Amino acid sequence: MINVNHIFKVYKTDVIETTAISDISFEINKGEFVAIMGPSGSGKSTLMHILGALDLPTKGTYTLDGEDVGRLGDDELADIRNRKIGFIFQAYNLLPRTSAMKNVMLPMRYGGVPKEKREEIAKKFLEKVGLGDRMYHTSNQLSGGQQQRVAIARALVMNPAILLADEPTGNIASAQAEEIMQIFQKLHADGHTIVMITHEPEIAEHANRIIHIKDGKIEKDLQNGKKAPKR
Amino acid sequence: MELLEIFIESLGTLTVNKMRTGLAILGIVIGIGSVIALVSLGQSTQQAIQSQIQSLGANLLTVNPGAQRSGGVQGAQGSRTSLTEEDAKAIESSTKITTIKNVSPEFQQRAQVTTGGTNTNTQIIGVTPVYTEVHKISVASGAFITQRDVDQMTKVAVIGPQVVTDLFGEGANAVGQKIRIRGQSFTVVGVTAAKGGSGFLNQDDIIFAPLSTVQKQLFGANYVSSIALEAKSPEVMVTAQDEVGYLLLVRHKLNDPAQADFSIMNQQDIINTVASTTGMFTSLLSGIAAISLLVGGIGIMNIMLVTVTERTREIGLRKALGAKKRTITTQFLIESIILTFVGGAIGIVVGIIASYVISRVINSQFVISPNSIVLAFAVSAGIGILFGWYPAKRAANLQPIEALRYE
Repeated sequence: MINVNHIFKVYKTDVIETTAISDISFEINKGEFVAIMGPSGSGKSTLMHILGALDLPTKGTYTLDGEDVGRLGDDELADIRNRKIGFIFQAYNLLPRTSAMKNVMLPMRYGGVPKEKREEIAKKFLEKVGLGDRMYHTSNQLSGGQQQRVAIARALVMNPAILLADEPTGNIASAQAEEIMQIFQKLHADGHTIVMITHEPEIAEHANRIIHIKDGKIEKDLQNGKKAPKR
Repeated sequence: MELLEIFIESLGTLTVNKMRTGLAILGIVIGIGSVIALVSLGQSTQQAIQSQIQSLGANLLTVNPGAQRSGGVQGAQGSRTSLTEEDAKAIESSTKITTIKNVSPEFQQRAQVTTGGTNTNTQIIGVTPVYTEVHKISVASGAFITQRDVDQMTKVAVIGPQVVTDLFGEGANAVGQKIRIRGQSFTVVGVTAAKGGSGFLNQDDIIFAPLSTVQKQLFGANYVSSIALEAKSPEVMVTAQDEVGYLLLVRHKLNDPAQADFSIMNQQDIINTVASTTGMFTSLLSGIAAISLLVGGIGIMNIMLVTVTERTREIGLRKALGAKKRTITTQFLIESIILTFVGGAIGIVVGIIASYVISRVINSQFVISPNSIVLAFAVSAGIGILFGWYPAKRAANLQPIEALRYE
């Protein structure tokens, strides 16, 4: 599903060159649940952005579901982000003063899904994350955990190849954080490929593979044997 | 349809922050409103003056003493004494002049007029009976100056309705009353019909008296202040001007027309001068209105830039979810155009109302040109596009990562 081959990411300003990622290679197969861990400045965010087609590697190739992302133009990248990737952000990033329903329908608008179908699909996924009774609430009427669930539903509607979660529980209290991780587990059990960034080991434990990054390089790449996924 | 969705979404976004939207629109409303109102004002003034001039009498030529001036309609009549009644008589009796129908020598000056306890300061015009024909004046009550009055230098006066109001009260019966002009007693023998006008063209604030009486008894002069000529038809106006000019040059013993001590104007000259003056006036007003419109447009751009900055994270999110650059550009452009269009529509309504109010206040015709309305709509849409373009481009070119990180 994901093939990252000797990628580098170098930032150049007038005076300084910063290497955020230095020769990283790995593969992620369909259906894996991978956690990426590392200290601040390790390059894990940069890696996430490259995986999410929000940024291009300076060198090396990134292949997603058979497509070479590094070669694509702006509009094509936008297309990839729409169809193949489902984002879940630490700060949820829902549209303010807008209902959960409208938020979840947004990617379908950009993806050209006909209007009549959108509400139906959005409803299905909102029910799937347990918000069937709050579909028309706006973000200020929802708790942090509920907002993140809306974000998850939004990430699912275009049936993406991978789900990318960037510190998904970072802004959420621990009780609800566990609920969110339950949802991720369920999605994994349904066959979704999930890549998650976290710096909390307890959260990373939910994945079945943990990649440790430090100073722009892979330090460790371990299968997580402690919690085997329920199939 | 994607465009419709963006449109509805933009409406929603704009109505969320009503104060900001309202203030942004206000600039355009004022700009467009003032353009409409000022253009209308300019045009109605132009029309009013033009029709007043035309009501002075078609086929009218005016000979004034003093050096030639180009377009000297604003200049006071020269205090020169170069024109005389004999000049007028010569024009009338000349066999060489075939294009003139009537000749009206006139002596005009302001004076204090009193009666009983009231007084006014108004124009006194010394005239001959032919004045009414040349200047298309009719008498509402009583009679006009007669040839006998002129021959015998009688002290009679025909006054205009405004003078009646000033001296005797509105609607009073003035015929038979006595008035004092410069201390000398005159009898009112007639009142002219109302002709309208205001300021220097007010033809109702005037007193007519026999030419001889005015010249010799009131002001001790033996010259005339102007000679009005009625040409036989509009087609011969130019010929008439030439004929009269030539005759006067000969009479005044001048060889070079450039040295003429008189000037001849036809009504068209006056209209043209006035038209160019009011035209300049209208252009100036429009220029000022255009500046205010420009300021309104800059206000729009300012608001849109602020909006883009405020919604940086939202833009980053939309791009992350798959929105293409042109989708973002379109979204913001449409918001900008909605602002200016609504502002333009309101501005047009405000402008029309303002024009109406102004026309009632200064008592002029209410004129709205459909052209200016169409232009206003086009301009406001144009402003929306022009001043919304840069902010929209800024929005579309935001990098999703930085945008999402923006606090």
